[in-house]
Amino acid sequence: MNHMALSWDDLSILVPLLGALVVSRTPDHDRSRKWAVAMTALTLIITGCAWWQFQIRDAAAHTGWTHIVSRWIGRDVFVIDQLSAPLLPLIALLFLLTTLTTLRTKMRRFSFAGTLFSEAILLATFSCQDPWILIGLLALGTIPPALELRARGRSIRIYVLHMGLFVGLLVLGQTSVVAEGSGRMHSLWAIVPLLTAILVRSGVAPFHCWITDLFEHAALGSALLYVAPLAGAYAAVRLVLPIAPDWVLRSMGLLSLATAVYASGMALIQRDARRFFCYLFLSNSALVLVGLEVVSPLGLTGALCVWMSLTLSMGGFGLTMRALESRLGRLSLTDFQGLYEHTPNLALCFMLTGLASVGFPGTFGFVGTELLVDGAVEAYLSVGVAVVVAAALNGIAVVKAYFLLFTGTRHVSSVSLRIHVRERYAVLAVAAMILIGGFIPQPGVASRHRAADELLEVRLQLTDGYIPIANVADDLPASNESGPG
Amino acid sequence: MFDYELLIRVLGLTVVAAPCFLLVILGAASLVGHPLGERTIARLGHTSIAVGLLAAVTMLGMMLSLDTRRLAIELGSWVAIPHYHFSIKFEFDRLSVPFVILSFVLCGTIGAFANRYMHRERGFNRFFVLYALFLTGMVVTSLAGTIETLFTGWEMVGLSSAMLVAFFQERPAPVRNGLRVWSVYRISDAALLIASVVLHHVTGEGDFDKLLGTGPWPEGIAEISSHEAILVGALLLVAAAGKSALVPFSGWLPRAMEGPTPSSAVFYGALSVHLGAFLLLRVGPILELSPWLAGAVIVAGLVTAIFAAVAGRVQTDIKSALSFASLTQVGIIVAEIGCGLRYVALVHILGHACLRTLQFLRAPTLLTDYRTLENAIGDHLPQDAGPWVRWVPDALRLRLYRLALERGHLDTWLADGLVAPIINLFESCDALERRWTDFLAGRQSRESERMRPVSESLEEHL
Repeated sequence: MNHMALSWDDLSILVPLLGALVVSRTPDHDRSRKWAVAMTALTLIITGCAWWQFQIRDAAAHTGWTHIVSRWIGRDVFVIDQLSAPLLPLIALLFLLTTLTTLRTKMRRFSFAGTLFSEAILLATFSCQDPWILIGLLALGTIPPALELRARGRSIRIYVLHMGLFVGLLVLGQTSVVAEGSGRMHSLWAIVPLLTAILVRSGVAPFHCWITDLFEHAALGSALLYVAPLAGAYAAVRLVLPIAPDWVLRSMGLLSLATAVYASGMALIQRDARRFFCYLFLSNSALVLVGLEVVSPLGLTGALCVWMSLTLSMGGFGLTMRALESRLGRLSLTDFQGLYEHTPNLALCFMLTGLASVGFPGTFGFVGTELLVDGAVEAYLSVGVAVVVAAALNGIAVVKAYFLLFTGTRHVSSVSLRIHVRERYAVLAVAAMILIGGFIPQPGVASRHRAADELLEVRLQLTDGYIPIANVADDLPASNESGPG
Repeated sequence: MFDYELLIRVLGLTVVAAPCFLLVILGAASLVGHPLGERTIARLGHTSIAVGLLAAVTMLGMMLSLDTRRLAIELGSWVAIPHYHFSIKFEFDRLSVPFVILSFVLCGTIGAFANRYMHRERGFNRFFVLYALFLTGMVVTSLAGTIETLFTGWEMVGLSSAMLVAFFQERPAPVRNGLRVWSVYRISDAALLIASVVLHHVTGEGDFDKLLGTGPWPEGIAEISSHEAILVGALLLVAAAGKSALVPFSGWLPRAMEGPTPSSAVFYGALSVHLGAFLLLRVGPILELSPWLAGAVIVAGLVTAIFAAVAGRVQTDIKSALSFASLTQVGIIVAEIGCGLRYVALVHILGHACLRTLQFLRAPTLLTDYRTLENAIGDHLPQDAGPWVRWVPDALRLRLYRLALERGHLDTWLADGLVAPIINLFESCDALERRWTDFLAGRQSRESERMRPVSESLEEHL
């Protein structure tokens, strides 16, 4: 059985890599797309199998899994755990939907080979726990967007400056951590560079401009796939959360909180749909960091739930906007567009995914947001209030954008703008997952709670009891006893 | 022996499931791109409302015959992890049962009216999807046994109301008004969510039993301190003010009349506008803990009633006049709640909602009705200004008239005093960001500002 587990996990990285190779040697765009769809679909099945196999086994048994690369290197590198198990199929789904919904109008400018390569890197990143290899993968992952920007003839200075800073700080911080050795509280010289690197990668203000720039200049699909899985949050969980002192995390959490409110306000005033999407995403992803940095079981569980719902809902939201862009070009938010009559399904999907991203009741994000707010209030009441304010502003921004794009006038077009069959399947898949996750949230929340417990346990072990978090210490035994296996 | 408990549980679930069923069917059909026909929608609507109403009335009958003042139906924990659980619980008591019956009766009436009124309207299916969402939200809010459940229904009502205001979506004015309504509702929702989280934090539970005592409504005693009550009560008052259009949020109510007449009638004349008052009735024990809080509720109610009475006198269209008349009564109801007259307030809500629904539904035929009346009496209808005109100086009357015509400048105050500074602040930040990214990029960084949206791009690629 271990061999099967080994195969699923390794295959999930190898298949998209192989796909990238095949697609890069296929000159015909239509055939490239078909290959890419087949490979991303296969990857989704494989990651789904890996997750399913993880679910049916005892979680403890997984820490002993050995993979080909791990065996080759001589230590555990790629390990599926409670945190990464459901994230892998979610990422694979996002890649599949993006390639599936790429229309002919976008096919020439969208790199399918690059997308498959990025998928392999991202899946490897999310399976990796070894700090140095994780840093290497994160650094490798920054290359495809830069290549795309250059291929499109756009300036890459802003992107390269930020990503260079990100990688440099990661290396600096990890070097200090290694130099200080394990089993003790790390100094700020080690923690602050790592934490700043996370803030840069996650687009926390004032380091967020590279994300708006990326969305301005890169293909919407590529930009979406680069930011939506929240690789920065993953790096935070693996590299910073286990070793950072409580007060540092909370003070950085306040910076994330300020970003959440700031970006929600900025989303309200944008005149370009891509920039609006970008700020909406920044606001929501900052909320995930707020939850991670609250460092309580409730806040952490909420953050992990919001992470899942955000990847799905903002992924769906971005794909809806991409579908609209492929019909109308860049979307302006200065005037009413009146597209509802042409694309009622896209309008519905836009509203549904947008509301899910702000935690509307009945959607995937609702319970996660509730938990996040509860966890934040547990830490500081004002933090909880700010989270609610950000969510309220985001809700207004989503409905405002909906009204501007789909209503207010009647769009006249001499060609049909209706959605294609592939897009319809994608819309239905996203809508179904958002609603099912919203109406039956318990499995997802319980799984995220177990992941949160696991992370806090690792944190307590690594800091050797240095961190005086009363609620963590109180909660852990109870959660261990009652948490489902 | 007859199992009453099982019957009560089945009836209770039927009350909630009937509107949910309608929403799921209509929503799923729309989502897959195959909306149902008008006749099918009408039948489904009638059936689900009839079933829900019958179950609610039977429930009321059983409660009266068994002399039970409160029944709780727990569906268990929807989400349960250590130190947190989100339970779904519905309460049937003297407040919720009349309110849910009122919701079914008025929605049923409006549904029957709308089937003809909206016949062959382009958005017939969309109207009924939103109608089903609204009805579900009303039923869930009315029967909520936990504050989280109440919040769920509250948000559903808010979304459906805003979308219905913007129902005639090919014109910009309804859409702008819909956005205005949604913005006010989001402020209200945020206040309710914060209140719910604070309550959850203070008591460790979201159940109304724990928050408001175990006594049947209206006899509960809240188990929080008076300081906590002031904080929570103030938040709940803001939530209620947003939903019930109390001052200073009154501006959205006449704007909401842009929607189709059936939705105006049921949402803003009858049910939705009373939801804030319902919330205050539900959390009445919290209001009792602080005289200051009760005083604030009375002041909010009276100020709203006076404002609406004055503004309503100068309206020139019947739906706006009715909306202000409605608001006057809502203000009085809120003041009654602040005075602790809960049964009076409940009866006032029930009577007012029914009367106002009738008036709204007759609104499209107002001129015909006037003509019929004038023909019957053989003269014009009397236009008496009232005795108070003699006692008020002309200058004051003129100022009052202008104030009423401008609807108390409330919208202007909110726009200039609250919204404009926020927008200006963020626009300044946006300008700063542009300069920063231009500096980093070494050239103009915002492609979006140079590009014009291409409206016919697909044709170019064909």
